[in-house]
Amino acid sequence: MTEEDVVGRLRPGMTIGIGGWGSRRKPMSLVRAILRSGLTGLTVVSYGGPDVGLLCAAGKVKKLVFGFVSLDSIPLDPLFRAARQQGRIEVAEYDEGMVQLGLYAAATRVPFLPTRAGLGSLVVDTNPGLRMVVDPYGGEELIAMPALKLDAALVHMNRADEQGNAQFLGPDPYFDDLMCAAADEAYVSCEQIVPTEELTKVAHPVTVRISRMLVTGVIEAPNGAHFTSCVPDYGRDEAFQRAYVEAAGEPGRWAAFSRRFLEGSEADYQRAVAALPSGREAS
Amino acid sequence: MTAADRSEVCVIACAEAFRGNGEILAAPIGIIPTIAVRLARHTFEPRLLVTDGEAYIVRGTWAVGSVPEGAVESWLPYRSVFDVVWRGNRHVMMTPSQIDAFGNANISAIGSHARPKAQLLGVRGAPGNTVCHPTSYWVPRHATRVFTPKVDMVSGVGYDNAVKAGPAATRYQQLWRVVSNLASFDWDPGSHRLRLLSVHPGVNVDQVVQATGFDLVIPDDVPVTREPTTEELQLIRDVIDPHGARYREVPA
Repeated sequence: MTEEDVVGRLRPGMTIGIGGWGSRRKPMSLVRAILRSGLTGLTVVSYGGPDVGLLCAAGKVKKLVFGFVSLDSIPLDPLFRAARQQGRIEVAEYDEGMVQLGLYAAATRVPFLPTRAGLGSLVVDTNPGLRMVVDPYGGEELIAMPALKLDAALVHMNRADEQGNAQFLGPDPYFDDLMCAAADEAYVSCEQIVPTEELTKVAHPVTVRISRMLVTGVIEAPNGAHFTSCVPDYGRDEAFQRAYVEAAGEPGRWAAFSRRFLEGSEADYQRAVAALPSGREAS
Repeated sequence: MTAADRSEVCVIACAEAFRGNGEILAAPIGIIPTIAVRLARHTFEPRLLVTDGEAYIVRGTWAVGSVPEGAVESWLPYRSVFDVVWRGNRHVMMTPSQIDAFGNANISAIGSHARPKAQLLGVRGAPGNTVCHPTSYWVPRHATRVFTPKVDMVSGVGYDNAVKAGPAATRYQQLWRVVSNLASFDWDPGSHRLRLLSVHPGVNVDQVVQATGFDLVIPDDVPVTREPTTEELQLIRDVIDPHGARYREVPA
């Protein structure tokens, strides 16, 4: 599949889970394809990084389900901050562990999972739909974290085979497999599509964290997580991320940055990135 | 060797928060807490577990901003971090934008939740951390704007809000220390209000009171925070922070 094929199967108003964590292994080529599309009114579930800022700035997001949005080496994303501070998006803010429980509940088809996380905090104050559950064996009252059912999941992995068995080669799988399992349809982009036997030739089978039974389609997207990290294939492009943040802070510069990098195709984006001299400023 | 400066005293005060913790995951957020945990593990608290900031628990003592050289002793991807949080074998030191007398802490946003004046990180793991395992806080710039009578929203749960939420929230809650650039604090066990534990060398109690937006519990005798030993100073200056990253949080 291509990024455009995936976007063609998504609909306005869908709930979409985006894999990765902060500015790490984000399915950025799929995010960029959504930026170019007519999709709007999305509910986005994410361990948020620049995916969230970009989608908010492009007016694609109706509601964000999140525990944080961060660029890791730069703590805050200016585009996300602007969307919040201008009241442009709704949010459901949960403890980051609660997001995992919500995805796991959806993945295992139970309506909720009990947790202490969130008790006494803004999570309860600002999520009026959140309910409590009494321990039937003891009597303590816990939060019933509702299942976070996704219409679609978008994740980026290091390797995959044509059938959708997908592998992480970096230190952390993040929650990408849970995102896929919580979704009706899951789309996996990857640095490289390889024959199945290659997957376990290079690394222990435990790294093939996502099984094809969870996956709807595979997209080969070399450098597809750029500018977020995708180790060991490549690290975060810190210079590009700095340029993103600097441009995002000023409407005039943001328009120029968008024209230069985001308005063309994914191939145009990759060409524009490749044309940057190393150690260069992108804006 | 020159005498310890304020940033180095803060390292020691943060390190002392982990004394006696034993075999748990120490989770420092911020530069000085990170230096402090490495120092504590290298010296008086050798059984602590620390991560490389990604997904590995590593041994050894290495400089902030550099890659650890010690052996990887275990794998700890984010989902396992949550398991450790919920099991309770962890002590986090977070940096709040606001904190009140009962230990409610805000890292999420300033202003209203619907439309914040300033959006910050989001709650992250603060709600779960604060009701599941020991929690401390580090405030690099002590001011009334941070030590505030009421936080705009509760990310880290304080004693009063945990009591209101019920036994599931109080059972494992343990707010442990606050360290600022001026002083160290714990919580008075009776009133659950923040209590002055020690003032850093060169700081007097009045300065702390003036910079705090609520009434502190102040004992009759307030000791002075201990100074680093020669060995600790060498460790900070030569091994853990040779490039002076600590001065980004507490200027010399």
